[in-house]
Amino acid sequence: MTPTTPVEPDTRAPRPPRTTRRPRRARAAERPVLGRTRLPWRIAGYTLIIALASLYVLPFVIQLATSFKTDPDAAANPLALWPGTPTAAAYQRLFGIAESHETVPFLRWLGNSALVTVLVTAGRVLFDSMAGYALARLRFPGRRLLFVLLLAVMAVPGVVLLIPKFLVLSTFGMFDTYAGMVIPLLVDAAGIFIMKQFFESVPREVEEAARIDGAGVFRIYWSVVLPMARPALITLTILSFQGSWNEFTHFLVSTQSAEYETLTTGLARFVAGGLGSGTQYPLKLAAAALSTIPVAILFFCFQRYFIRGANAGSVKE
Amino acid sequence: MHKPALRGRQGPWGWLFVSPSVLVLGLFLALPIVMALWVSLLDWNGQSNPFTGGQATFVGLDNYRGLLTEDGLDRTLFATSLRNNAYYVLLFVPLSTGLGLTLAMIVNQRMLRGRSLLRTTFYFPSVTSTIAVSTIFLFLFQGSGAVNSLLSWIGVKGPNWFADPRGIVWVTLGNLGLADPNHPSGFLTDHGFMGLSWFEWLSGPSVAMSTMILLATWTTSGTFMLIFLAALQDIPRELEEAAALDGVNRRQLLRHVTLPALRPVLFLVLTLALIGSWQVFDMVYVMGQGAPGNTTLTPAFMSYQSAFKNADYGQGAAIAFILFAIVLACTGAQRWLLRERNPRQGRRR
Repeated sequence: MTPTTPVEPDTRAPRPPRTTRRPRRARAAERPVLGRTRLPWRIAGYTLIIALASLYVLPFVIQLATSFKTDPDAAANPLALWPGTPTAAAYQRLFGIAESHETVPFLRWLGNSALVTVLVTAGRVLFDSMAGYALARLRFPGRRLLFVLLLAVMAVPGVVLLIPKFLVLSTFGMFDTYAGMVIPLLVDAAGIFIMKQFFESVPREVEEAARIDGAGVFRIYWSVVLPMARPALITLTILSFQGSWNEFTHFLVSTQSAEYETLTTGLARFVAGGLGSGTQYPLKLAAAALSTIPVAILFFCFQRYFIRGANAGSVKE
Repeated sequence: MHKPALRGRQGPWGWLFVSPSVLVLGLFLALPIVMALWVSLLDWNGQSNPFTGGQATFVGLDNYRGLLTEDGLDRTLFATSLRNNAYYVLLFVPLSTGLGLTLAMIVNQRMLRGRSLLRTTFYFPSVTSTIAVSTIFLFLFQGSGAVNSLLSWIGVKGPNWFADPRGIVWVTLGNLGLADPNHPSGFLTDHGFMGLSWFEWLSGPSVAMSTMILLATWTTSGTFMLIFLAALQDIPRELEEAAALDGVNRRQLLRHVTLPALRPVLFLVLTLALIGSWQVFDMVYVMGQGAPGNTTLTPAFMSYQSAFKNADYGQGAAIAFILFAIVLACTGAQRWLLRERNPRQGRRR
């Protein structure tokens, strides 16, 4: 039943716990297939790798350093990794501690982002897993057709839907409301797909046993199947959190008032349009840094699940 | 057995379980597409209700004609956006795929110290929002920014990255003395396609667009690295050991064992890169909204601009559908290639 995909998402039934944190294969075969390279080559290799890695790290380091600089300092020493006169002025302005005529409603952005993210994540985890379970396990007329439609919907590129989404939202009177921001994101096709694949890998015997004990469909789903689905649910939660926290285009076309701006739309308008009032890079970079922190924390705590998610997302096309 | 009875009870439950998803996906994915198809046939300014008549006029395929066949500003602008995005695809797809593969091979080295730290480092830009990293890049690539200070250390005077509309092909040829960008040959400027001269078509991505390609490569390579890494770890070790017994060197191992084993995943990554690169939008919004000189304008952004800035929703929707067709064509072509080379890998869809 499962479509053969080059990369199977790693959201299958729980595996026996690993004894070390290394990937299995690496532990089974610590020794490289070919012998070690010679020392000079190894030194050259490490140098190259460190250079490459700093390309990935330095932009963030410069961002953090600059956010603690003054405007003139940021303009004069853009490369300095330590601020000349460290100041938290940018952060104070963002949080409204320091009075300033030129500031941004950062706390409102933060509140909107948090609200939308929590609602969307909760909705996706519940609805995606319900739909995924039904498509994997329940027999009902139209199931096959629904699955084909799901795959078709997944193939529609997001940017094609910018204007269409606006049309529907304004027709329903949901344009520029929280409902219009949240409801269209409550379900995502890729999430349903991930959950369906997971439920198909769960042995049927457990459900059969519960059924013989007289449990109904909903009870089996809620108290038998869902608890077993923990790894897949965590993956889905993280993907949804990251997706809705970083969502930009949907909020751009579903709202217009400043009161509904999120971290992404607010920051984007500020950065794209704020050229008239000086560059204010410390302020912009501080806002960008703060908006990255929640996802960064999540990433460093649950890296394993991000990695699963990246590979699960790859089946989505 | 009692199976039929069970099935009978499952029917309503099944529909109950999928109903929230069907409702949301139907109302906000399927219905919008149908509505937009209708709007793309209208001349509508977004004010009235386009479905009850009102001020919207049915103009048939005029919006599509204005973009594709009729001489005019719209067509020239659309051709410009197609050119910009085509160069983006041409550079981004191989760069991000190649870099992703390289990073995966580095992180997959069994004797390398700090592999998981490296993996984290390379992947981190991929989890952050495009808006936030675009802000960082705007700062780094200012005229007197960090990148240009770095370049001045080695005696190079960097361009004014995001404000530079010059195409890199003519810049390079001009620097080599092979062509004069300020006095192009008459043939190139007098002739053209879709209202855009050949000189414009062949200019390559502008310096500003190239900077965006760098950003996209930087943020996407981590994701591709993870996909490649999963595939690399699935290569049976016996295969590599057998090759080692045959006395192959590193390059032969890569060429005859590793790369062939990666082929299906390589095609997958290429598709993802191809589809993604026709959808560039967030970056364009933050980094210039088409400026300088329309050289960072992409069809996706032009669709948004037509509708929400110029109140020409019909044209915006038409661009969206042309873009949809381009993406479908790319996916179709890729799938066909995949089927040719790996007959047994064909997906049942």
